[in-house]
Amino acid sequence: MIRLSGVSHQIGGASILNDITADLPRGRLTALIGPNGAGKSTLLRLIGRLEPLQTGSIHIDDLDLARTPSAEIARRMAVLGQQTVIASRLRLSDLVAFGRWPHHQGRPRPQDRAITADALEAFGLTPLAHRFLDEVSGGQAQRAYLAMTFAQDTDWLLLDEPLNNLDMSHARSLMARLSQLVRASGKSVVVVLHEVNYAAAWADHIVALKDGRILAEGAPQDVLTENGLGALYDTPVMVTQHDGRPLVLHHF
Amino acid sequence: MSDAALHIAARPPLGGLRLLTGLASLLAVASALWLFQGLADGNRGFILHLRALKLGTMLVVACGIGVSTVLFQTVAANRVLTPSIMGFDSLYVLLQTSLIASFGIAGFAAVPVVAKFLAEVAVMCALAILLFGSLLGRGSRDIGRTILTGVILGVMFRSASGLMIRLIDPNEFAVVQASTVVSFTRANEALLPVGALLCGIGVAAALWLAPRLDVLALGRDSAVSLGLRHAPMVAATLGLVALLISVSTALVGPLAVFGPAAFFGLIVTGMTHGLVRSHRHALLLPASALIAANILVFGQMLFERVLHQQTALSVVIEFAGGLFFLYLLLKGRVR
Ligand SMILES: Nc1ncnc2c1ncn2[C@@H]1O[C@H](COP(=O)(O)OP(=O)(O)OP(=O)(O)O)[C@@H](O)[C@H]1O
Ligand SMILES: [Mg+2]
Repeated sequence: MIRLSGVSHQIGGASILNDITADLPRGRLTALIGPNGAGKSTLLRLIGRLEPLQTGSIHIDDLDLARTPSAEIARRMAVLGQQTVIASRLRLSDLVAFGRWPHHQGRPRPQDRAITADALEAFGLTPLAHRFLDEVSGGQAQRAYLAMTFAQDTDWLLLDEPLNNLDMSHARSLMARLSQLVRASGKSVVVVLHEVNYAAAWADHIVALKDGRILAEGAPQDVLTENGLGALYDTPVMVTQHDGRPLVLHHF
Repeated sequence: MSDAALHIAARPPLGGLRLLTGLASLLAVASALWLFQGLADGNRGFILHLRALKLGTMLVVACGIGVSTVLFQTVAANRVLTPSIMGFDSLYVLLQTSLIASFGIAGFAAVPVVAKFLAEVAVMCALAILLFGSLLGRGSRDIGRTILTGVILGVMFRSASGLMIRLIDPNEFAVVQASTVVSFTRANEALLPVGALLCGIGVAAALWLAPRLDVLALGRDSAVSLGLRHAPMVAATLGLVALLISVSTALVGPLAVFGPAAFFGLIVTGMTHGLVRSHRHALLLPASALIAANILVFGQMLFERVLHQQTALSVVIEFAGGLFFLYLLLKGRVR
Protein backbone atom coordinates (compact mmCIF):
# COMPACT_ATOMS: atom_id res chain seq x y z
CA MET A 1 0.00 0.00 0.00
CA ILE A 2 1.16 3.51 -0.77
CA ARG A 3 0.14 5.70 2.14
CA LEU A 4 -0.03 9.46 1.60
CA SER A 5 -0.52 11.51 4.72
CA GLY A 6 -0.87 15.27 4.73
CA VAL A 7 1.00 15.75 1.48
CA SER A 8 1.06 19.40 0.38
CA HIS A 9 3.14 21.02 -2.30
CA GLN A 10 3.84 24.61 -3.26
CA ILE A 11 5.66 26.11 -6.22
CA GLY A 12 6.70 29.73 -5.90
CA GLY A 13 4.02 30.52 -3.34
CA ALA A 14 1.24 28.87 -5.36
CA SER A 15 -0.36 25.92 -3.68
CA ILE A 16 -0.36 22.92 -6.05
CA LEU A 17 -1.44 20.14 -3.68
CA ASN A 18 -3.44 20.60 -0.47
CA ASP A 19 -3.19 18.14 2.37
CA ILE A 20 -3.58 14.96 0.33
CA THR A 21 -4.26 11.94 2.53
CA ALA A 22 -5.04 8.68 0.79
CA ASP A 23 -4.15 5.02 0.55
CA LEU A 24 -3.37 3.50 -2.83
CA PRO A 25 -4.16 -0.20 -2.49
CA ARG A 26 -1.58 -2.93 -3.06
CA GLY A 27 -2.26 -5.53 -5.74
CA ARG A 28 -4.69 -3.23 -7.56
CA LEU A 29 -4.78 -1.01 -10.62
CA THR A 30 -5.35 2.54 -9.40
CA ALA A 31 -6.27 5.33 -11.81
CA LEU A 32 -5.61 8.99 -11.05
CA ILE A 33 -8.02 11.20 -12.97
CA GLY A 34 -8.81 14.89 -13.01
CA PRO A 35 -8.73 17.98 -15.24
CA ASN A 36 -5.56 19.58 -16.63
CA GLY A 37 -3.57 21.23 -13.89
CA ALA A 38 -5.29 19.30 -11.11
CA GLY A 39 -1.95 18.16 -9.71
CA LYS A 40 -1.92 14.54 -10.90
CA SER A 41 1.60 14.68 -12.31
CA THR A 42 2.87 16.55 -9.29
CA LEU A 43 1.46 13.90 -6.96
CA LEU A 44 2.92 11.09 -9.06
CA ARG A 45 6.30 12.82 -9.16
CA LEU A 46 6.26 13.23 -5.38
CA ILE A 47 5.49 9.53 -4.90
CA GLY A 48 8.21 8.70 -7.41
CA ARG A 49 10.66 11.01 -5.52
CA LEU A 50 11.27 13.01 -8.72
CA GLU A 51 10.34 16.10 -6.69
CA PRO A 52 11.49 16.59 -3.11
CA LEU A 53 8.67 16.16 -0.60
CA GLN A 54 7.82 19.46 1.13
CA THR A 55 5.15 18.58 3.69
CA GLY A 56 3.59 15.33 4.81
CA SER A 57 4.87 11.82 4.42
CA ILE A 58 4.72 9.03 1.86
CA HIS A 59 5.16 5.35 2.66
CA ILE A 60 5.58 2.67 0.04
CA ASP A 61 4.63 -0.53 1.81
CA ASP A 62 7.04 -0.54 4.75
CA LEU A 63 9.43 2.05 3.32
CA ASP A 64 9.38 5.70 4.32
CA LEU A 65 10.16 7.52 1.09
CA ALA A 66 12.11 10.27 2.84
CA ARG A 67 14.40 7.83 4.64
CA THR A 68 14.98 5.09 2.08
CA PRO A 69 17.98 5.16 -0.27
CA SER A 70 16.92 5.95 -3.82
CA ALA A 71 18.61 2.79 -5.14
CA GLU A 72 16.47 0.60 -2.88
CA ILE A 73 13.29 2.36 -3.98
CA ALA A 74 14.28 1.78 -7.62
CA ARG A 75 14.09 -1.97 -7.00
CA ARG A 76 10.63 -1.56 -5.46
CA MET A 77 9.02 1.06 -7.72
CA ALA A 78 9.38 2.14 -11.35
CA VAL A 79 8.25 5.60 -12.46
CA LEU A 80 7.53 6.87 -15.93
CA GLY A 81 6.99 10.64 -16.09
CA GLN A 82 4.69 12.53 -18.41
CA GLN A 83 7.42 14.09 -20.51
CA THR A 84 10.51 12.01 -20.66
CA VAL A 85 13.16 13.59 -22.84
CA ILE A 86 16.42 11.78 -23.21
CA ALA A 87 19.33 13.65 -24.70
CA SER A 88 21.76 10.86 -25.42
CA ARG A 89 21.63 9.11 -28.73
CA LEU A 90 20.30 5.73 -27.69
CA ARG A 91 19.12 2.67 -29.52
CA LEU A 92 15.78 1.35 -28.32
CA SER A 93 17.46 -1.83 -27.06
CA ASP A 94 19.90 0.25 -24.97
CA LEU A 95 17.08 2.33 -23.52
CA VAL A 96 15.07 -0.71 -22.51
CA ALA A 97 18.21 -2.32 -21.05
CA PHE A 98 18.53 0.61 -18.64
CA GLY A 99 15.43 -0.70 -16.90
CA ARG A 100 17.63 -3.44 -15.47
CA TRP A 101 20.18 -0.98 -14.07
CA PRO A 102 18.77 -0.88 -10.51
CA HIS A 103 19.35 -4.63 -10.32
CA HIS A 104 22.86 -4.88 -11.74
CA GLN A 105 24.35 -1.37 -11.30
CA GLY A 106 26.18 -1.45 -14.60
CA ARG A 107 27.17 -5.11 -14.83
CA PRO A 108 24.37 -6.82 -16.77
CA ARG A 109 23.95 -10.54 -16.14
CA PRO A 110 22.43 -13.03 -18.61
CA GLN A 111 19.04 -12.84 -16.91
CA ASP A 112 19.05 -9.05 -17.33
CA ARG A 113 19.57 -9.46 -21.07
CA ALA A 114 16.77 -12.03 -21.19
CA ILE A 115 14.34 -9.71 -19.36
CA THR A 116 15.31 -6.82 -21.67
CA ALA A 117 14.65 -9.00 -24.69
CA ASP A 118 11.28 -10.04 -23.23
CA ALA A 119 10.27 -6.42 -22.67
CA LEU A 120 11.24 -5.46 -26.24
CA GLU A 121 9.25 -8.38 -27.57
CA ALA A 122 6.24 -7.64 -25.35
CA PHE A 123 5.93 -4.12 -26.73
CA GLY A 124 6.45 -5.17 -30.33
CA LEU A 125 9.80 -3.41 -30.50
CA THR A 126 12.06 -6.30 -31.54
CA PRO A 127 12.14 -5.20 -35.20
CA LEU A 128 12.98 -1.65 -34.11
CA ALA A 129 15.50 -2.54 -31.41
CA HIS A 130 18.47 -1.23 -33.40
CA ARG A 131 16.86 2.10 -34.27
CA PHE A 132 17.83 5.27 -32.48
CA LEU A 133 15.27 6.87 -30.19
CA ASP A 134 15.09 10.00 -32.33
CA GLU A 135 14.46 7.91 -35.43
CA VAL A 136 11.17 6.33 -34.36
CA SER A 137 7.62 7.70 -34.12
CA GLY A 138 6.21 9.24 -30.94
CA GLY A 139 4.15 6.17 -30.15
CA GLN A 140 7.07 3.83 -30.75
CA ALA A 141 9.24 5.94 -28.44
CA GLN A 142 6.50 5.88 -25.81
CA ARG A 143 6.37 2.08 -26.06
CA ALA A 144 10.14 1.96 -25.60
CA TYR A 145 9.91 4.02 -22.40
CA LEU A 146 7.13 1.73 -21.21
CA ALA A 147 9.22 -1.34 -22.02
CA MET A 148 12.09 0.12 -19.97
CA THR A 149 9.73 0.65 -17.03
CA PHE A 150 8.44 -2.92 -17.35
CA ALA A 151 11.98 -4.30 -17.55
CA GLN A 152 12.60 -2.75 -14.13
CA ASP A 153 10.30 -5.50 -12.84
CA THR A 154 9.22 -3.79 -9.62
CA ASP A 155 6.32 -4.39 -7.22
CA TRP A 156 5.00 -0.92 -7.94
CA LEU A 157 4.55 0.76 -11.31
CA LEU A 158 3.78 4.49 -11.58
CA LEU A 159 2.85 5.73 -15.04
CA ASP A 160 1.90 9.28 -16.01
CA GLU A 161 -0.39 9.27 -19.04
CA PRO A 162 1.11 6.14 -20.58
CA LEU A 163 -1.51 6.13 -23.33
CA ASN A 164 -0.02 9.32 -24.81
CA ASN A 165 0.69 8.83 -28.49
CA LEU A 166 -0.56 5.24 -28.53
CA ASP A 167 -3.05 4.09 -31.14
CA MET A 168 -6.17 2.26 -29.95
CA SER A 169 -4.72 -1.18 -30.40
CA HIS A 170 -1.56 -0.41 -28.43
CA ALA A 171 -3.56 1.53 -25.84
CA ARG A 172 -5.84 -1.41 -25.23
CA SER A 173 -3.00 -3.92 -25.13
CA LEU A 174 -1.12 -1.74 -22.63
CA MET A 175 -4.16 -1.59 -20.33
CA ALA A 176 -4.63 -5.34 -20.70
CA ARG A 177 -0.97 -5.89 -19.86
CA LEU A 178 -1.19 -3.67 -16.77
CA SER A 179 -4.31 -5.48 -15.66
CA GLN A 180 -2.62 -8.82 -16.21
CA LEU A 181 0.42 -7.71 -14.20
CA VAL A 182 -1.92 -6.89 -11.34
CA ARG A 183 -3.95 -10.09 -11.55
CA ALA A 184 -1.33 -12.65 -12.49
CA SER A 185 1.88 -11.28 -10.99
CA GLY A 186 0.47 -9.48 -7.96
CA LYS A 187 1.97 -6.13 -8.95
CA SER A 188 0.45 -2.78 -8.03
CA VAL A 189 -0.06 -0.10 -10.66
CA VAL A 190 -0.84 3.59 -10.33
CA VAL A 191 -1.62 5.28 -13.60
CA VAL A 192 -2.68 8.80 -14.59
CA LEU A 193 -5.39 8.59 -17.24
CA HIS A 194 -7.17 11.27 -19.25
CA GLU A 195 -9.60 9.03 -21.05
CA VAL A 196 -11.97 8.08 -18.23
CA ASN A 197 -13.31 5.08 -20.15
CA TYR A 198 -9.97 3.32 -19.79
CA ALA A 199 -10.27 3.91 -16.07
CA ALA A 200 -13.87 2.67 -16.18
CA ALA A 201 -12.92 -0.49 -18.04
CA TRP A 202 -9.71 -1.48 -16.28
CA ALA A 203 -9.19 0.26 -12.94
CA ASP A 204 -9.97 -1.32 -9.56
CA HIS A 205 -9.67 1.94 -7.69
CA ILE A 206 -10.00 5.55 -8.78
CA VAL A 207 -8.70 8.74 -7.20
CA ALA A 208 -10.15 11.95 -8.64
CA LEU A 209 -8.10 15.11 -8.15
CA LYS A 210 -9.20 18.68 -8.71
CA ASP A 211 -7.37 21.89 -7.80
CA GLY A 212 -4.88 19.99 -5.71
CA ARG A 213 -7.48 18.20 -3.58
CA ILE A 214 -9.05 14.78 -3.68
CA LEU A 215 -12.62 15.20 -4.90
CA ALA A 216 -13.57 11.54 -4.81
CA GLU A 217 -12.02 8.11 -4.42
CA GLY A 218 -13.29 4.60 -4.57
CA ALA A 219 -14.48 1.91 -6.97
CA PRO A 220 -15.24 2.94 -10.60
CA GLN A 221 -19.00 2.57 -10.05
CA ASP A 222 -18.90 5.02 -7.17
CA VAL A 223 -16.60 7.65 -8.70
CA LEU A 224 -17.61 7.61 -12.35
CA THR A 225 -21.14 8.94 -11.98
CA GLU A 226 -22.82 11.69 -13.98
CA ASN A 227 -22.78 14.06 -11.04
CA GLY A 228 -19.30 13.14 -9.90
CA LEU A 229 -17.70 13.52 -13.34
CA GLY A 230 -19.72 16.64 -14.09
CA ALA A 231 -18.35 18.30 -10.97
CA LEU A 232 -14.82 17.00 -11.58
CA TYR A 233 -14.48 18.26 -15.15
CA ASP A 234 -17.08 21.07 -15.01
CA THR A 235 -18.80 19.65 -18.04
CA PRO A 236 -22.01 17.65 -18.46
CA VAL A 237 -21.52 13.94 -19.24
CA MET A 238 -23.77 10.91 -19.61
CA VAL A 239 -22.89 7.62 -18.00
CA THR A 240 -24.38 4.29 -19.07
CA GLN A 241 -23.37 0.74 -18.27
CA HIS A 242 -21.54 -1.72 -20.45
CA ASP A 243 -20.59 -5.20 -19.37
CA GLY A 244 -21.27 -4.27 -15.76
CA ARG A 245 -18.92 -1.29 -15.82
CA PRO A 246 -19.60 2.42 -16.32
CA LEU A 247 -19.37 3.76 -19.88
CA VAL A 248 -18.88 7.50 -20.08
CA LEU A 249 -20.29 9.39 -23.05
CA HIS A 250 -18.52 12.71 -23.17
CA HIS A 251 -17.27 13.19 -26.69
CA PHE A 252 -20.19 14.84 -28.49
CA MET B 1 11.14 -15.00 -26.32
CA SER B 2 12.65 -15.16 -29.77
CA ASP B 3 16.34 -15.80 -30.34
CA ALA B 4 16.48 -12.64 -32.41
CA ALA B 5 15.36 -10.58 -29.41
CA LEU B 6 17.92 -12.20 -27.15
CA HIS B 7 20.62 -11.57 -29.71
CA ILE B 8 19.64 -7.91 -29.90
CA ALA B 9 19.68 -7.46 -26.15
CA ALA B 10 23.20 -8.85 -25.86
CA ARG B 11 25.43 -6.14 -27.19
CA PRO B 12 28.77 -7.01 -28.68
CA PRO B 13 31.51 -4.83 -27.20
CA LEU B 14 33.97 -5.74 -29.95
CA GLY B 15 33.46 -2.78 -32.29
CA GLY B 16 34.29 -0.31 -29.54
CA LEU B 17 37.45 -2.13 -28.50
CA ARG B 18 38.65 -2.27 -32.08
CA LEU B 19 38.12 1.47 -32.44
CA LEU B 20 40.08 2.21 -29.25
CA THR B 21 42.95 -0.06 -30.37
CA GLY B 22 43.02 1.66 -33.74
CA LEU B 23 43.10 5.11 -32.20
CA ALA B 24 45.80 4.10 -29.74
CA SER B 25 48.00 2.66 -32.51
CA LEU B 26 47.55 5.80 -34.55
CA LEU B 27 48.58 7.86 -31.54
CA ALA B 28 51.64 5.66 -31.00
CA VAL B 29 52.71 6.31 -34.60
CA ALA B 30 52.09 10.03 -34.19
CA SER B 31 54.13 10.15 -30.98
CA ALA B 32 57.04 8.23 -32.50
CA LEU B 33 57.05 10.54 -35.52
CA TRP B 34 56.87 13.55 -33.25
CA LEU B 35 59.83 12.39 -31.20
CA PHE B 36 62.17 11.05 -33.84
CA GLN B 37 61.32 12.74 -37.14
CA GLY B 38 64.27 14.74 -38.56
CA LEU B 39 66.33 14.36 -35.40
CA ALA B 40 69.63 16.13 -36.14
CA ASP B 41 72.91 14.55 -34.99
CA GLY B 42 74.07 17.34 -32.74
CA ASN B 43 72.23 17.99 -29.48
CA ARG B 44 70.09 14.83 -29.82
CA GLY B 45 69.50 14.45 -26.11
CA PHE B 46 68.46 18.04 -25.64
CA ILE B 47 66.05 18.12 -28.58
CA LEU B 48 64.57 14.76 -27.59
CA HIS B 49 64.04 16.08 -24.08
CA LEU B 50 62.26 19.20 -25.38
CA ARG B 51 60.11 17.17 -27.74
CA ALA B 52 59.19 14.65 -25.05
CA LEU B 53 58.21 17.48 -22.73
CA LYS B 54 55.99 19.02 -25.36
CA LEU B 55 54.51 15.66 -26.29
CA GLY B 56 53.73 14.93 -22.65
CA THR B 57 52.03 18.30 -22.29
CA MET B 58 49.99 17.73 -25.44
CA LEU B 59 48.87 14.31 -24.27
CA VAL B 60 47.82 15.56 -20.83
CA VAL B 61 46.01 18.55 -22.28
CA ALA B 62 44.26 16.44 -24.94
CA CYS B 63 43.16 13.93 -22.33
CA GLY B 64 41.92 16.72 -20.08
CA ILE B 65 39.95 18.51 -22.77
CA GLY B 66 38.49 15.38 -24.37
CA VAL B 67 37.37 13.74 -21.14
CA SER B 68 36.18 16.95 -19.47
CA THR B 69 34.06 17.89 -22.48
CA VAL B 70 32.36 14.48 -22.60
CA LEU B 71 31.72 14.67 -18.84
CA PHE B 72 30.36 18.19 -19.06
CA GLN B 73 28.02 17.36 -21.93
CA THR B 74 26.73 14.41 -19.93
CA VAL B 75 25.86 16.60 -16.94
CA ALA B 76 24.38 19.31 -19.15
CA ALA B 77 22.49 16.71 -21.23
CA ASN B 78 23.53 18.76 -24.22
CA ARG B 79 25.87 18.26 -27.18
CA VAL B 80 26.64 21.89 -27.92
CA LEU B 81 28.06 23.11 -24.62
CA THR B 82 31.68 22.72 -23.58
CA PRO B 83 33.34 23.74 -20.32
CA SER B 84 35.16 26.54 -22.17
CA ILE B 85 31.97 27.94 -23.67
CA MET B 86 30.55 27.92 -20.14
CA GLY B 87 33.56 29.85 -18.86
CA PHE B 88 35.46 27.19 -16.88
CA ASP B 89 38.86 28.34 -18.11
CA SER B 90 38.06 32.03 -17.66
CA LEU B 91 37.09 31.16 -14.10
CA TYR B 92 40.54 29.65 -13.65
CA VAL B 93 42.22 32.79 -15.02
CA LEU B 94 40.10 34.96 -12.74
CA LEU B 95 41.20 32.81 -9.83
CA GLN B 96 44.87 33.30 -10.71
CA THR B 97 44.44 37.03 -11.19
CA SER B 98 42.70 37.47 -7.88
CA LEU B 99 45.45 35.47 -6.15
CA ILE B 100 48.06 37.86 -7.51
CA ALA B 101 45.89 40.87 -6.73
CA SER B 102 45.42 39.82 -3.13
CA PHE B 103 48.90 38.50 -2.32
CA GLY B 104 50.99 40.73 -4.59
CA ILE B 105 53.89 39.58 -6.75
CA ALA B 106 56.15 38.82 -3.83
CA GLY B 107 53.60 36.62 -2.18
CA PHE B 108 52.74 34.98 -5.47
CA ALA B 109 56.34 34.15 -6.32
CA ALA B 110 57.05 32.92 -2.81
CA VAL B 111 54.48 30.13 -2.95
CA PRO B 112 55.96 26.93 -4.36
CA VAL B 113 54.62 26.24 -7.86
CA VAL B 114 53.19 22.83 -7.08
CA ALA B 115 51.51 23.87 -3.83
CA LYS B 116 49.98 26.89 -5.53
CA PHE B 117 48.75 24.72 -8.36
CA LEU B 118 47.12 22.20 -6.02
CA ALA B 119 45.42 24.99 -4.07
CA GLU B 120 44.12 26.54 -7.29
CA VAL B 121 42.73 23.20 -8.44
CA ALA B 122 40.96 22.71 -5.11
CA VAL B 123 39.38 26.18 -5.15
CA MET B 124 38.44 25.72 -8.78
CA CYS B 125 36.60 22.45 -8.04
CA ALA B 126 34.63 24.06 -5.21
CA LEU B 127 33.70 27.10 -7.31
CA ALA B 128 32.65 25.01 -10.30
CA ILE B 129 30.40 22.78 -8.19
CA LEU B 130 28.82 25.81 -6.53
CA LEU B 131 28.30 27.84 -9.69
CA PHE B 132 27.39 25.19 -12.23
CA GLY B 133 25.84 22.65 -9.90
CA SER B 134 22.81 24.83 -9.26
CA LEU B 135 22.61 25.75 -12.93
CA LEU B 136 22.71 22.22 -14.30
CA GLY B 137 21.69 20.08 -11.36
CA ARG B 138 17.94 20.49 -11.61
CA GLY B 139 17.90 18.92 -15.03
CA SER B 140 18.08 22.25 -16.83
CA ARG B 141 14.89 22.16 -18.86
CA ASP B 142 15.61 25.36 -20.72
CA ILE B 143 18.70 24.75 -22.80
CA GLY B 144 18.66 28.23 -24.32
CA ARG B 145 18.83 29.79 -20.88
CA THR B 146 21.65 27.49 -19.83
CA ILE B 147 23.76 28.42 -22.85
CA LEU B 148 23.07 32.11 -22.34
CA THR B 149 23.92 31.94 -18.63
CA GLY B 150 27.16 30.14 -19.42
CA VAL B 151 28.24 32.63 -22.07
CA ILE B 152 27.39 35.53 -19.75
CA LEU B 153 29.34 33.91 -16.89
CA GLY B 154 32.33 33.44 -19.21
CA VAL B 155 32.27 37.10 -20.28
CA MET B 156 31.86 38.18 -16.65
CA PHE B 157 34.85 36.14 -15.48
CA ARG B 158 36.96 37.51 -18.32
CA SER B 159 36.05 41.14 -17.71
CA ALA B 160 36.45 40.74 -13.96
CA SER B 161 40.03 39.54 -14.50
CA GLY B 162 40.54 42.36 -17.01
CA LEU B 163 39.38 44.91 -14.46
CA MET B 164 41.54 43.44 -11.75
CA ILE B 165 44.58 43.50 -14.04
CA ARG B 166 44.00 47.19 -14.71
CA LEU B 167 43.72 47.91 -11.00
CA ILE B 168 46.93 46.17 -10.02
CA ASP B 169 50.18 47.75 -11.19
CA PRO B 170 51.90 47.01 -14.54
CA ASN B 171 54.62 44.84 -13.02
CA GLU B 172 52.09 42.53 -11.55
CA PHE B 173 50.28 42.56 -14.86
CA ALA B 174 53.40 41.08 -16.44
CA VAL B 175 53.33 38.28 -13.88
CA VAL B 176 49.70 37.53 -14.63
CA GLN B 177 50.49 37.38 -18.31
CA ALA B 178 53.43 35.11 -17.76
CA SER B 179 51.50 32.77 -15.52
CA THR B 180 48.41 32.55 -17.68
CA VAL B 181 49.84 32.79 -21.17
CA VAL B 182 52.29 29.96 -21.19
CA SER B 183 52.87 28.17 -24.45
CA PHE B 184 53.82 24.58 -25.09
CA THR B 185 57.40 25.51 -25.85
CA ARG B 186 57.77 26.82 -22.33
CA ALA B 187 55.94 23.90 -20.82
CA ASN B 188 56.53 24.01 -17.14
CA GLU B 189 58.75 21.09 -16.20
CA ALA B 190 57.72 21.21 -12.58
CA LEU B 191 54.01 21.16 -13.34
CA LEU B 192 53.95 18.45 -15.98
CA PRO B 193 54.41 15.44 -13.65
CA VAL B 194 51.85 16.78 -11.14
CA GLY B 195 49.51 17.70 -13.97
CA ALA B 196 49.86 14.26 -15.53
CA LEU B 197 49.21 12.62 -12.17
CA LEU B 198 46.10 14.73 -11.46
CA CYS B 199 44.84 14.17 -14.99
CA GLY B 200 45.39 10.43 -14.58
CA ILE B 201 43.48 10.43 -11.29
CA GLY B 202 40.65 12.42 -12.90
CA VAL B 203 40.40 10.07 -15.88
CA ALA B 204 40.57 6.98 -13.67
CA ALA B 205 37.77 8.35 -11.50
CA ALA B 206 35.69 9.15 -14.58
CA LEU B 207 36.18 5.61 -15.90
CA TRP B 208 35.22 4.20 -12.52
CA LEU B 209 32.04 6.27 -12.63
CA ALA B 210 31.35 5.27 -16.26
CA PRO B 211 28.28 3.05 -15.63
CA ARG B 212 26.74 5.77 -13.47
CA LEU B 213 27.57 8.40 -16.09
CA ASP B 214 25.60 6.34 -18.61
CA VAL B 215 22.57 6.70 -16.34
CA LEU B 216 23.25 10.38 -15.61
CA ALA B 217 23.15 11.04 -19.36
CA LEU B 218 19.52 9.92 -19.44
CA GLY B 219 18.55 13.15 -17.70
CA ARG B 220 17.45 13.82 -14.14
CA ASP B 221 14.03 12.18 -14.12
CA SER B 222 15.11 8.90 -15.65
CA ALA B 223 18.28 8.81 -13.58
CA VAL B 224 16.38 9.34 -10.33
CA SER B 225 13.79 6.72 -11.15
CA LEU B 226 16.58 4.24 -11.83
CA GLY B 227 17.90 4.97 -8.35
CA LEU B 228 20.95 7.12 -9.15
CA ARG B 229 21.79 9.64 -6.42
CA HIS B 230 21.57 12.52 -8.84
CA ALA B 231 22.85 15.55 -6.92
CA PRO B 232 26.07 13.93 -5.62
CA MET B 233 26.70 12.50 -9.07
CA VAL B 234 26.35 15.94 -10.69
CA ALA B 235 28.72 17.42 -8.10
CA ALA B 236 31.29 14.66 -8.60
CA THR B 237 31.19 15.02 -12.37
CA LEU B 238 31.52 18.81 -12.25
CA GLY B 239 34.40 18.41 -9.80
CA LEU B 240 36.19 16.15 -12.28
CA VAL B 241 35.55 18.64 -15.10
CA ALA B 242 37.01 21.43 -12.97
CA LEU B 243 40.05 19.31 -12.10
CA LEU B 244 40.77 18.41 -15.72
CA ILE B 245 40.21 21.94 -17.02
CA SER B 246 42.44 23.42 -14.30
CA VAL B 247 45.23 21.02 -15.20
CA SER B 248 44.99 21.78 -18.92
CA THR B 249 44.71 25.52 -18.39
CA ALA B 250 47.61 25.60 -15.95
CA LEU B 251 49.83 23.62 -18.33
CA VAL B 252 49.25 25.65 -21.47
CA GLY B 253 47.32 28.74 -20.47
CA PRO B 254 43.94 29.66 -21.91
CA LEU B 255 45.39 31.78 -24.72
CA ALA B 256 48.30 29.56 -25.64
CA VAL B 257 48.95 28.01 -29.03
CA PHE B 258 46.24 25.43 -28.49
CA GLY B 259 45.12 25.96 -25.00
CA PRO B 260 41.64 24.90 -23.95
CA ALA B 261 40.11 26.46 -27.02
CA ALA B 262 36.38 27.00 -26.73
CA PHE B 263 35.57 24.93 -29.78
CA PHE B 264 38.27 22.27 -29.65
CA GLY B 265 36.30 20.19 -27.16
CA LEU B 266 33.29 20.47 -29.41
CA ILE B 267 35.15 19.04 -32.40
CA VAL B 268 36.49 16.24 -30.21
CA THR B 269 33.12 15.20 -28.78
CA GLY B 270 31.47 15.56 -32.18
CA MET B 271 34.01 13.12 -33.66
CA THR B 272 33.81 10.88 -30.61
CA HIS B 273 30.06 10.41 -30.82
CA GLY B 274 30.29 9.99 -34.57
CA LEU B 275 32.93 7.27 -34.35
CA VAL B 276 31.89 5.43 -31.19
CA ARG B 277 28.15 5.38 -31.91
CA SER B 278 27.38 4.11 -28.44
CA HIS B 279 26.16 5.81 -25.28
CA ARG B 280 28.62 3.96 -23.03
CA HIS B 281 31.09 6.16 -21.23
CA ALA B 282 33.49 3.25 -20.84
CA LEU B 283 34.06 3.71 -24.59
CA LEU B 284 33.29 7.42 -25.02
CA LEU B 285 35.78 8.66 -22.42
CA PRO B 286 38.93 6.88 -23.67
CA ALA B 287 37.92 7.50 -27.28
CA SER B 288 37.58 11.24 -26.68
CA ALA B 289 41.03 11.40 -25.06
CA LEU B 290 42.63 9.45 -27.92
CA ILE B 291 40.89 11.50 -30.61
CA ALA B 292 41.90 14.78 -28.97
CA ALA B 293 45.51 13.57 -28.65
CA ASN B 294 45.63 12.47 -32.29
CA ILE B 295 44.31 15.83 -33.49
CA LEU B 296 46.77 17.78 -31.35
CA VAL B 297 49.87 15.75 -32.14
CA PHE B 298 49.21 15.36 -35.87
CA GLY B 299 47.99 18.94 -36.20
CA GLN B 300 50.94 20.39 -34.34
CA MET B 301 53.35 18.27 -36.38
CA LEU B 302 51.76 19.42 -39.63
CA PHE B 303 51.80 23.09 -38.76
CA GLU B 304 55.13 23.23 -36.95
CA ARG B 305 57.28 20.87 -39.02
CA VAL B 306 55.68 20.92 -42.48
CA LEU B 307 54.10 24.36 -42.81
CA HIS B 308 56.39 26.07 -40.25
CA GLN B 309 53.43 27.95 -38.81
CA GLN B 310 53.49 27.82 -35.02
CA THR B 311 50.24 29.59 -34.31
CA ALA B 312 48.06 28.57 -37.23
CA LEU B 313 46.78 25.35 -35.61
CA SER B 314 44.70 27.08 -32.97
CA VAL B 315 43.24 29.39 -35.58
CA VAL B 316 42.28 26.48 -37.80
CA ILE B 317 40.83 24.54 -34.86
CA GLU B 318 38.81 27.53 -33.70
CA PHE B 319 37.55 28.25 -37.18
CA ALA B 320 36.55 24.66 -37.92
CA GLY B 321 35.10 24.33 -34.42
CA GLY B 322 33.12 27.53 -34.77
CA LEU B 323 31.60 26.33 -38.03
CA PHE B 324 30.75 23.00 -36.40
CA PHE B 325 29.12 24.85 -33.48
CA LEU B 326 26.95 26.84 -35.88
CA TYR B 327 26.09 23.66 -37.76
CA LEU B 328 24.95 21.94 -34.55
CA LEU B 329 22.89 24.96 -33.53
CA LEU B 330 21.27 25.34 -36.94
CA LYS B 331 20.54 21.64 -37.20
CA GLY B 332 18.81 21.90 -33.84
CA ARG B 333 20.92 19.11 -32.36
CA VAL B 334 21.33 21.01 -29.13
CA ARG B 335 20.06 18.23 -26.93
N1 LIG C 1 7.24 24.48 -12.54
C1 LIG C 1 6.04 24.97 -12.24
N2 LIG C 1 5.89 26.25 -11.86
C2 LIG C 1 4.69 26.75 -11.54
N3 LIG C 1 3.56 26.06 -11.56
C3 LIG C 1 3.64 24.78 -11.93
C4 LIG C 1 4.87 24.15 -12.29
N4 LIG C 1 4.62 22.88 -12.62
C5 LIG C 1 3.30 22.69 -12.47
N5 LIG C 1 2.70 23.83 -12.06
C6 LIG C 1 1.27 24.02 -11.78
O1 LIG C 1 0.87 23.01 -10.90
C7 LIG C 1 -0.43 22.58 -11.20
C8 LIG C 1 -0.48 21.08 -11.27
O2 LIG C 1 0.33 20.64 -12.34
P1 LIG C 1 0.38 19.12 -12.78
O3 LIG C 1 1.40 18.99 -13.85
O4 LIG C 1 0.54 18.29 -11.57
O5 LIG C 1 -1.07 18.93 -13.38
P2 LIG C 1 -1.70 17.64 -14.06
O6 LIG C 1 -2.88 17.29 -13.25
O7 LIG C 1 -0.70 16.59 -14.28
O8 LIG C 1 -2.18 18.24 -15.45
P3 LIG C 1 -2.20 17.59 -16.92
O9 LIG C 1 -3.44 16.80 -16.99
O10 LIG C 1 -2.28 18.78 -17.81
O11 LIG C 1 -0.96 16.79 -17.10
C9 LIG C 1 -0.83 23.27 -12.48
O12 LIG C 1 -1.74 24.30 -12.16
C10 LIG C 1 0.44 23.84 -13.02
O13 LIG C 1 0.19 25.06 -13.66
MG1 LIG D 1 0.22 15.77 -15.93
